[in-house]
Amino acid sequence: MQNGNTEHIWELLNTVPDPEIPAISIVELGVIRDVIFSDKSYTILITPTYSGCPAVKTFTDDIKISFKENGIRNFKIKLVYSPAWTTDWMTDKTKEKLRRYGIAPPSSKVVCPQCNTNRVELISEFGATACKAMYKCSDCLEPFEFFKCI
Amino acid sequence: MSNLFKYTLRIADRSLILGQRMSEWCSKGPTLEEDIAMSNIALDLFGQANGFYEYAAQIDGKKSTDDLAFKRNEREFFNHQLSEQENGNFGTTTVRNFLHDTFNFLFYTELISSKDETLAALAAKSIKEVKYHLRHSTNWLIRLGDGTEESNLKVQKALDFLWQYTGEFFEMDEIDYEILDLEIGVDNKKIKEKWDKMINNSLKEAKLKRPVDGYMATGSKKGIHTEHLGFLLAEMQFLPRAYPNAKW
Repeated sequence: MQNGNTEHIWELLNTVPDPEIPAISIVELGVIRDVIFSDKSYTILITPTYSGCPAVKTFTDDIKISFKENGIRNFKIKLVYSPAWTTDWMTDKTKEKLRRYGIAPPSSKVVCPQCNTNRVELISEFGATACKAMYKCSDCLEPFEFFKCI
Repeated sequence: MSNLFKYTLRIADRSLILGQRMSEWCSKGPTLEEDIAMSNIALDLFGQANGFYEYAAQIDGKKSTDDLAFKRNEREFFNHQLSEQENGNFGTTTVRNFLHDTFNFLFYTELISSKDETLAALAAKSIKEVKYHLRHSTNWLIRLGDGTEESNLKVQKALDFLWQYTGEFFEMDEIDYEILDLEIGVDNKKIKEKWDKMINNSLKEAKLKRPVDGYMATGSKKGIHTEHLGFLLAEMQFLPRAYPNAKW
């Protein structure tokens, strides 16, 4: 696949999971901004979710491994900052995947992923990763993570 | 050294040094949630610093981002003296960050309209994070200020001490003016009025007294710092200097 088939590249990228939320791929997360083919080479444009997100390094390595396994050598990965990543780029399908995984998806209304109530309580704006906040459900009393809107 | 390089470096240094201070809280936070919060803030700040250092390195053309972070000496750092102030107790950290975050929020708000596309993009990215940093420090300021007699006393004391380091936010030197003339930089003096308003509102809600402007520390634009920066750098730079090609 050295011939400029960007669709195939997108398919491959879609098999690379988010290192911290493996239920969704990095394409679904919205960090792959574009795939460009020029001068016999692919350029993958990626953008970080949060400036200091350590997952960027991990999924960059994961992309390299996946491409190598599929015989793609003519590529480079470029980090871009503009436009800044936003949770608005997540599709409803992706949000549903997050919910099933146990993470309340980004939304103006925080809903418990277990019992769907909106009677929830913020524990902390910071969670195990930069993109998540910690909540507790007042109905089922389960703690859960919420994917913050940015 | 071009003025754009220096200007970018100043922004990067502020984030790196405050980030290093926040990382010192890792495993020492007053509660598990706060430990995680402060480590997360440190990570955001390092990420922001990295973006600005990458751009500075690109302008410079010779030094790498690691060179800029780890191989400069104290007098070659241009962060505000406030960012290097010691963590002290949790109240001191809260006050320091609250003063810094308020400035940072207003600074990036202006920098978004910079004619320099990279700086504008980095500002747009950073401000999303700075917004919740500011919310975090302001909420704690109010909780502690409007908390017990003891907590109020501690944050008021920290505020009275740290106030002298807020004058530097609004200074303008020849580099700032040149970059401002090119419509790339921010007019720090213009921010002052908004900063005052935001600070006054939060202090009022936190039942804290705004200190009277007295002696104001200055010098970081020329690389002059308080005694704390040297110790911070010694800790932060030790490994890459002792093992120059270390990889991890």
